[in-house]
Amino acid sequence: MPTIVVDVMPKPEILDPQGKAVGAALPRLGFEGFAQVRQGKRFELTVHGEVTDEVLEQARKAAQTLLSNPVIEDVVSVHVEDA
Amino acid sequence: MPARIGVVTFPGTLDDRDAARAVGAAGGEAVGLWHGDADLHGVDAVVLPGGFSYGDYLRAGAISRFAPIMDSVVDAANGGMPVLGICNGFQVLTEVHLLPGSMIKNDHLHFVCRDQVLRVENAHTAWTGAFALEQEITIPLKNQDGQYVADEHTLDELEAEGRVAFRYVGHNPNGSRRDIAGVTNKRGNVVGLMPHPEHAVEPGYGPDSAEYGRRGTDGLGVFASVLDSLLANA
Repeated sequence: MPTIVVDVMPKPEILDPQGKAVGAALPRLGFEGFAQVRQGKRFELTVHGEVTDEVLEQARKAAQTLLSNPVIEDVVSVHVEDA
Repeated sequence: MPARIGVVTFPGTLDDRDAARAVGAAGGEAVGLWHGDADLHGVDAVVLPGGFSYGDYLRAGAISRFAPIMDSVVDAANGGMPVLGICNGFQVLTEVHLLPGSMIKNDHLHFVCRDQVLRVENAHTAWTGAFALEQEITIPLKNQDGQYVADEHTLDELEAEGRVAFRYVGHNPNGSRRDIAGVTNKRGNVVGLMPHPEHAVEPGYGPDSAEYGRRGTDGLGVFASVLDSLLANA
């Protein structure tokens, strides 16, 4: 079944405490060379049948209203992935 | 007849019983409201209590915002009804856009639970009228996602319009912008705050003071305020 993937990231100007914690853990574990980590969310919306324009539009609306909060997050991508 | 204050229960709400008790301690009548019921049952004001509604999955308050009762709460708030959001309730009020800004994870990433000193920065809202301006009060604070954030423009606007209702004093427990602990809408009927006034309303169960252990009842003023406000507008 095809899947619509929605990627949500914290806005650049919002401090990302989770990303900071992960970023601090990397060098402690010997993973070197990373300047910064930001942690976002990936939603996979599985679709019955084919992804029509209507379904994609529904996903875009859901991304803006429920899946993200525009005060602190940006929807960076809504795209279809075939299983 | 005492004023009737609705206390909403969402799945995962924890502090509805304490909020109802606080309403009673202040002299009001608490009316339990259910998230799935759009009927406000004729209440005069509404409290959205703390907890972890829907497990805080997705974002704190994000799913509760779409509960049937919230449409009624938003309509009532826009009509001037006093609405208070405590902790998770504050998060619900920002998600439903009755209050600006949002809450993200505490800057230090830990759950925090402490007696917290706040300064009352606006004593003219429906929920702060019983306090003196700049009065310092101590009430419990307990949260994971308590860091208040908003863009600089919004923060400047809140400051300029006197809409910071409470500010942390002495110690900023979660990294909130400009030490903001609570905000109000323009009209002053909707207030949200992260700390818990409902846990500081009865001697023996509140924060410690210098003189006595667990004697603090500073939270009572929040509930006394709304009763005064309802009486004044009756």
